[in-house]
Amino acid sequence: MERRHLPLTRGSSRNRGSSRNRGSSHNRGSSLSRPLGLLALAAIPVAVLGIFFLLPVIGMVGRGFRPEGRWDVPGVLAVLGRSQVQSALWFTVWSATVATAVTVLLGLPAAYVLHRLALPLRRLVRAALLVPFVLPTIVVGIAFRVLLTGPLSWLSIDGTPVAIIAGLVFFNVAVVVRAVGAAWESLDARPAEAAAALGAAPWTVFRTVTLPALRPAIVGAASVVFLFCATSFGIVLTLGGLRYRSVETEIYLLTTNLLDLQGAAALSLLQLVVVVLLLAVGARLRAVPPSGQRVPVRPHRPGVGDVPQLLLTALVLGFVALPVGALVVGSLRVEGRWSLANYRALTSTGSHQALLEPATTALDLSLRIAVDATLLALTLGLLVALSVTRRTHSRAERRLRGTLDALFMLPLGVSAVTLGFGFLVTLDRPPLDLRDSPWLVPIAQALVALPLVVRTLVPALAGIDDRQRQAAASLGAGPLRSAVVVEVPVLWRPLLAAAGFAFAASLGEFGATSFLARDENATLPVVIYRLIGHPGPMNYGMALAASCVLAATTAVVMLVVERLRVPSLGVL
Amino acid sequence: MLSLREVSVRYDGVCAISGVSLDLPDGEILAVLGPSGSGKSTLLRAVAGLEPAEGSIAWDDRSLAGVPTHRRGFALMFQDGQLFAHLSVAANVAYPLRLRRIGRQERARRVAELLELVGLGGYDARLPGTLSGGERQRVALARALAVEPRLLLLDEPLSALDAGLRERLVHDLRRILRAAGTTALLVTHDQDEAFTVADRLAVVREGRLVQEGPVAEVWRSPADPDTALFLGYARVLRDGPAATVARAAGVSVHGDVVVAVRRSALVLDETGPLSGEVLEARLTPDQLRLVVDVEGVGEVDAVGGAGSHPAVGERVRLRAEQARLSLLH
Repeated sequence: MERRHLPLTRGSSRNRGSSRNRGSSHNRGSSLSRPLGLLALAAIPVAVLGIFFLLPVIGMVGRGFRPEGRWDVPGVLAVLGRSQVQSALWFTVWSATVATAVTVLLGLPAAYVLHRLALPLRRLVRAALLVPFVLPTIVVGIAFRVLLTGPLSWLSIDGTPVAIIAGLVFFNVAVVVRAVGAAWESLDARPAEAAAALGAAPWTVFRTVTLPALRPAIVGAASVVFLFCATSFGIVLTLGGLRYRSVETEIYLLTTNLLDLQGAAALSLLQLVVVVLLLAVGARLRAVPPSGQRVPVRPHRPGVGDVPQLLLTALVLGFVALPVGALVVGSLRVEGRWSLANYRALTSTGSHQALLEPATTALDLSLRIAVDATLLALTLGLLVALSVTRRTHSRAERRLRGTLDALFMLPLGVSAVTLGFGFLVTLDRPPLDLRDSPWLVPIAQALVALPLVVRTLVPALAGIDDRQRQAAASLGAGPLRSAVVVEVPVLWRPLLAAAGFAFAASLGEFGATSFLARDENATLPVVIYRLIGHPGPMNYGMALAASCVLAATTAVVMLVVERLRVPSLGVL
Repeated sequence: MLSLREVSVRYDGVCAISGVSLDLPDGEILAVLGPSGSGKSTLLRAVAGLEPAEGSIAWDDRSLAGVPTHRRGFALMFQDGQLFAHLSVAANVAYPLRLRRIGRQERARRVAELLELVGLGGYDARLPGTLSGGERQRVALARALAVEPRLLLLDEPLSALDAGLRERLVHDLRRILRAAGTTALLVTHDQDEAFTVADRLAVVREGRLVQEGPVAEVWRSPADPDTALFLGYARVLRDGPAATVARAAGVSVHGDVVVAVRRSALVLDETGPLSGEVLEARLTPDQLRLVVDVEGVGEVDAVGGAGSHPAVGERVRLRAEQARLSLLH
């Protein structure tokens, strides 16, 4: 009996959707042209995704499966039997699980404090917490190295799994705070009040009423965090070195150092399967908007009962601030004195010819590429969002829409290394020889940023009641006019926010870019990685200074995004 | 016994409730009646401990200041029930019993008993999402009663329902509350609901308590013209017209008088003392409703039996029913 509930409510929400469309159901005669129209709208992004994502990934994976032009499936399966691969697999699973659990446990109290309590500077703190998420992973790695080898060296956890997990938590805690916080903020206060009036103490209210209501948001955030942890590249590479390898870094090592494409292909495929499964689970668990009116709560003043949560939030803030602080301090110290020399050195090419071009040139290039990638990601993302949120009439159409939606989430979890290397092996001959094209890097970065853009735009577009368009049309507005009246006012903020996310993600992209960028046109994250790879205190200092510049740039972008007040990430 | 003394609630400096004093003896049902936005729900939430209030709220002379909601022993029933959507009907009703660590068997027995009381026996396994609005409210009532609360707080319990259902449920509510012997505070904007369910009535307007007393008494003599109009009186007459109508009803008056008349205060009667010209006539299934320009009074409502049907412009004679009008002071 209880089981009936889920399909029932799903069904009813679907019915609600279709009853909205009833006004235009008379033109159902054109049942075939509608899916075609949907495809036409989605054609460009699908083509781009096909050529620049599926083709490289398939090419890369195919190369592993057919090493000498012959299928060699047993050989690929044998890869999974290698002890090194198994240990990488095991490490990925357990480190991602632990990191996800810690992230959720730390993120929940912070989500409560930052979204339900009336505190001064609440928005600023929320924006500050979002910075780690958009910080280039390579910068996160370096910041932790500085912290763990410097002020916190007495903990002696540098180079241990603890350091990697700490890095992953640092990177992902914002996801939980944002996603769960947004759900918590819009939670109806009355069920909790009803429980309290029935005699439930605050903790019981939380356990029996609030937590079940938040469960979709928590599970959704946790699955995304797990995805990010399991496919993290920059953090594991810089903090784990060669001793602790995840599947992602193993793919990198197999591809670049050992040229073992078969092994890399097997792991890429395994990762792809796991990611698809996780995305499917995530889509099922994604919060269904509750029906009926809700009474949103006003944030209340912190009371005595909020002290533990406040303390935990302070802990989270400290945890986020420490590595960043250590990084900034480290960049300002030269030979035991305060100095701006590291920043001045950014105009040079470093000692021992670490770089071919000065770091400032790399920054300039990074910004240009980020602008290109952002425009690309926005255009594609907008087309995708428009096509997946168009009203549906038939089951087939809905299924097609769902497939499209899921397809564009794939870059979120596919190894950026696989993507980058796939570019190199598939787009290197006519008709598509892009090896020397300046568009190669922007395209790769746009694809990595695409899921963020789509996930920011889709909820905003889906939230528009179709009856508004119908109302505009009934008042005599043509399609363009009604778009201006209905869509644009709702969409411009999410569009700007998506631009911010895409820009930040592109600026910090490391995995794919590290393959595609050449020595003479490296982006800043690649330059930073090269600098720490070369000996010499000057190079190290420059790496820190460059990291600070990169972090500051993304932080400013994120502060602007936060000003837009878009409930981004809440629905990833 | 619940007693409020000079209770005020402020939101950002604006008074939602100011200076309300009330007593509610054990076993009685008090309806707080007021138009929407009058602050009556705020008063209820203050009693429940969900809003910080100034003044004193006490139960049996012990102040409730600083006692959190869950320790007050009051149950609150919301306008839309606020059932926990993830729990079945039985689990919803059992929720407060679980909190009180009541054993499984006893719990099952109580749940069955309560569902029977609200007329929903056998609904145990249903989920709230599959119930109708009326059923949901019944479950919410059963859940609130499961606490065996010292005081049951009802926030517009039937307002979300459609008219027919509300009419049926309002009698059920009275019966259930009586059967359970619960002391209850009911907030509503619907006077029929208040009259049917409550023993006592408190009228609230713009955050202030205007009048309080037994239902019949408040209904018979409203405190002021606005209260009279809110309680369903059709018009308020003053001075000459008021005196004319009062005298026609056999009430002796002198000086300034204010009289509130119900729609049925003036009745068609060939031997009646008042006369006037029919301005409007409308036949309803039960009676004839008229608007008459009465000499010495002006435009007023009147009724006649369904059999009579004077035309517009016709002159008619009317009598005044003493029980259908109220002298205001």
